Order: sequence, then structure tokens, then C-alpha cells
Amino acid sequence: MSTNEVALGAKAGGRQSAVSRERKAGMPKWLYGWVIPVIVLGLWEAASALGLVSQSALPAPSRIAEAFWKLCVNGDMAKHVSASAIRAGGGFLLGGATGLLLGVFTGLGKWAERTLDPSIQMLRTVPLLAVIPLFILWFGVGEFSKVLLIALGSFFPVYFHTHLGVRSADRKLYEVTRILQYSKLHLLTKLIIPAALPNILLGIRLSVGASWLLLAVAEMMGASAGVGYMIQDARVYGQTDIVFVGIILFALVGKLSDSLVRLVERRYLQWNNNYKG
Amino acid sequence: MLTIERLNKTFAAPAGAVVALSNIQLQVERGQFITFIGPSGCGKSTLLKIVAGLDTAYEGTVELNGKSITGPGVDKGFIFQEPRLFPWLTVEKNIAANLSLGNAQVRRQVEELIELVRLKGFEKAYPKELSGGMAQRVAIARALLRKPEILLLDEPFGALDAFTRTHMQEALLDIWQNSKTTMLFVTHDLDEAVFLGEKVVIMNPRPGHIRNIINVDLPYPRKRTGVSFQELRSKVLGEFEKVEQPPLLDQGAGI
Ligand SMILES: Nc1ncnc2c1ncn2[C@@H]1O[C@H](COP(=O)(O)OP(=O)(O)O)[C@@H](O)[C@H]1O
Ligand SMILES: [Mg+2]
Repeated sequence: MSTNEVALGAKAGGRQSAVSRERKAGMPKWLYGWVIPVIVLGLWEAASALGLVSQSALPAPSRIAEAFWKLCVNGDMAKHVSASAIRAGGGFLLGGATGLLLGVFTGLGKWAERTLDPSIQMLRTVPLLAVIPLFILWFGVGEFSKVLLIALGSFFPVYFHTHLGVRSADRKLYEVTRILQYSKLHLLTKLIIPAALPNILLGIRLSVGASWLLLAVAEMMGASAGVGYMIQDARVYGQTDIVFVGIILFALVGKLSDSLVRLVERRYLQWNNNYKG
Repeated sequence: MLTIERLNKTFAAPAGAVVALSNIQLQVERGQFITFIGPSGCGKSTLLKIVAGLDTAYEGTVELNGKSITGPGVDKGFIFQEPRLFPWLTVEKNIAANLSLGNAQVRRQVEELIELVRLKGFEKAYPKELSGGMAQRVAIARALLRKPEILLLDEPFGALDAFTRTHMQEALLDIWQNSKTTMLFVTHDLDEAVFLGEKVVIMNPRPGHIRNIINVDLPYPRKRTGVSFQELRSKVLGEFEKVEQPPLLDQGAGI
């Protein structure tokens, strides 16, 4: 089959030359995404300097940067970000782990699917924000109800996509594992989980997004620290620049966590035909 | 030794029962290469799945070395028409599958098999990077690593182009002569059946049964263009022409 091998080698070579062609084209690819933000910031700064926009509604980028720097220096930034990160991280881990376990469970067993899945699917359709008053009545506005809200929000995407992924494991590959005499444990770790991994990672990515959204909501309903609290507090005192700092923080951390999941995907899903790195 | 006696297999279908296999009798000595040929629907796959232990709902006797086959196992390797590799594993890990490459002995045997199926340099490739023939050779290596006593191949080269198929047939004969594994090879390609088998089992449908078994007394390596090869090919073809309905042999019959 040397013809095939030669063809494959040629393909790999083609890929390499495509990469170098890209490099020769000048501007690196990631830079393109920055073109519009930089232009917008420039125009915004200019408009502020010319007094075209009100500083209390739309403070100049330089003032926002200054506020950002101040918060970093006086330690408020670290306090708020770490308070938020613990809440979001705790809720995400709790909800994600429960979603993963239940998703595998209902994906594997007919009995579990029939009894559990309909109820979970029904709960999924309830808008989470509508449950907040109930949480406050039950658990107050303390840490517990915040973490629980975030956990609930990150549970559904992971559960739903894990369930789907486990269900869609290939019957033909299952037959192979019967012939090769996989143990029950190997069946789970070497067939079901890897087959469901693209779905599981998609669920995780969605649930990271959900946990940031609910974090902002939870912190605005009352807290003494956290990025959401910082925004709410600054609003009361009319410090628009700090409100912007808070929004930027959410955007940065959201983007960072999303990139992290993508990194994991790139590492573990290179085998996947549908995965476009 | 494989012994099949009075084997009957019926599928319950909504439109009434389908008799897939009727009164199959067959003895296969250890190390023999048997090919099965017949139009689709004559029960070839069903027969192979029963021998593999994947289907145990049958009547009759199916024994390997005097022991009734009760379930699948690594002693009965199976090669499907599709390679059925794990897409998330590299070539070497696919061959090892549930065995650990961390084990020095497994590692060495996997390396030997990669040489045997001529995939050196592709150890770290993923299935999506392989051609159909290469992927099927990985599947064969995966089965061989378990040192099966018997290898069941269900139209394994049916999806390959003619050149690759010819090459794979020769590679399989090499492997067979080195390992002396018993081979049960299903095909719908007349040339393939005569080129590979020491015996060609001819099957017919409705209900699936063995029509005849023809001995191919030609030494290996065989020459497809030889006179005796052509004579045997005609003899096998003749078996089909006795059937009222023409069999569906056109796909692969004329390379
Ligand atoms: N799971 C099944 N349920 C019902 N009928 C089946 C099933 N598998 C095969 N059959 C029937 O059994 C017969 C033999 O099928 P098969 O062994 O696949 O034939 P072949 O491999 O020779 O083409 C066919 O008539 C087919 O429709
Ligand atoms: Mg078949």
C-alpha cells in the first residue's frame, strides 16, 4: 500500500506549506480580532477628549484604565475577583460534577432514563431567574443560595449533553468491546466516556457561560464582596468608570475560562472528524 | 477444530419468522482457510456471528475443540467490513485497546504486529488519517494481538478498491502462513474466494444453506491467470448457475 502512504505523506507536507504561507502573509491571524476594538477605543477616547460624550455616562477609556489600576493597587480587585471566583468555581464544580454523574447514569440505564430523565428535562425548561425568590425565601441571601443557584445553572448543560453523548455511543464499537472482552470498568472509561467526550466538553463550555451569568445575578441580589457587588456598589455612588471595570472583568474572566475549555478540547479532541481546531 | 452440526437459526420478524440458516453442517480443521461465498441474505454474517459467540440464540451444535460456544472471546477474533477502530485512539493504542502499552510484553508484540501489517511510521496516527486498507490492517493487528485460534472475517475487503484488495489478500495469506490461525472468510467476490480458500463453501438463500463445498487444491501463492485457477473459478461459478434465480455476484466478480 505504498501508494497510500505516499499520499498521506504528501498531505502532511501540504499542511506544513500552508502554515508557512500563512506566516508569510504578514499580520498574524489573532491580530485581526483586535482591529475593530482598537478603532472603537480610539474614537471613544477622541470623542471624550473633545467633550462630545458625558463623562458620567461614558467615561473615557483612559479613565476606566486608571480606575482599573487603582483597584488593582489598593487590593479591592483581588478581594472582589477571588470572592467571585470561589463562588463561581464552587457552584460550577458542584453542578458540573452532579450533571456528569447523572448524565452518565441516565445515559447508560434504561430504567434510570425512564424514571429520572423526564423530570430533569421538565425542570430544565423553568427559567432559573424565576427560582431566585424561592431560593431567597428558603436559604436567605447568604453564600449558600448563591452557590446553589450557580450549581443549578451549570448542572443542566453538562447533564443534558453528557446524557446525549453517552446515549449516542456507537453500537458497532460496543460489539468490538464484547469480542475484546472489556471489563465493565474499561467499557466505561475506554468506550463510553471517550465517545461522549465531545458532547461533555460542549456541555462544560455552556455551563461555564451559565455560571458567569448566574454569578453576576447572584452577586447583585446582595453580597459584601465580589465583582457583581462591586458593580452594584459603584452604581449607587455614580462611579460609572468602576461599573465599566466590573463589566470588563466579567468579559476577561469569561473569555479566559472559555479559552481554557477550548485548550482542553484541542488537546483531547484531535481525533474527532467534526472538531475544527 | 470447529464443529457445526444441524445448525438452524430463525429470526422472529414482524412479517413472520425468517429462517436465516437451515441445517448447516461443517467441520473445520485447525489452521484451515475456509472461504464462504453466496448472494446477500444467505446467512453468511449470521453464521459468523454465531461462531463468534455474538449470537447464542440458535438450535444445533456449534463447538470449538469440543466445547460449546457460549459467548464472544478473544480466541475468536472478528474482522468486520468496516475497520471499527476507536477514533480517539492512535494506531498503536487501537491495537492494544484494553491491554496496556505500559506492559513491556504487550508493547513488543504491538511493535511486531505493526511491522507485520506494514504500518511502521503510523504508530501515532489517528484512524481519520488512515486509508481504508490501512485501517483494516490495524483491525487485523488488533485481533492478532490476542492470538486467536480462529479469525472470522466478514467481507473485510469489500469496501476497498481493487488494487488495495489484491494487496490485502496477499498480506492476509502471509499472516495466515505465519500464524496458522484458522480463517473463516466471507466474501461475495468469486476470485477472492478461490484465491484465498483451501475450501470454498457455497451458500444459497431462502433459507440460508450450504449448497456445496469445493476443494481448491492449488498451491500458494496462486496465480489468478493460471489455467487451473480459471478452471476452479468456473467450477464454483457453475454451482451458482444451477440455481433458478441468478445470484447477486456482479459487484466483485470480474477484477
Ligand atoms: N437481526 C435480524 N433480525 C431479523 N432478520 C435478520 C437479522 N439479521 C439477519 N436477518 C435476516 O437473516 C438473513 C440472513 O442475513 P445475513 O446473515 O446478514 O446474510 P448475508 O450476510 O449472507 O448477507 C436475511 O434474510 C436477513 O434479512
Ligand atoms: Mg453480511
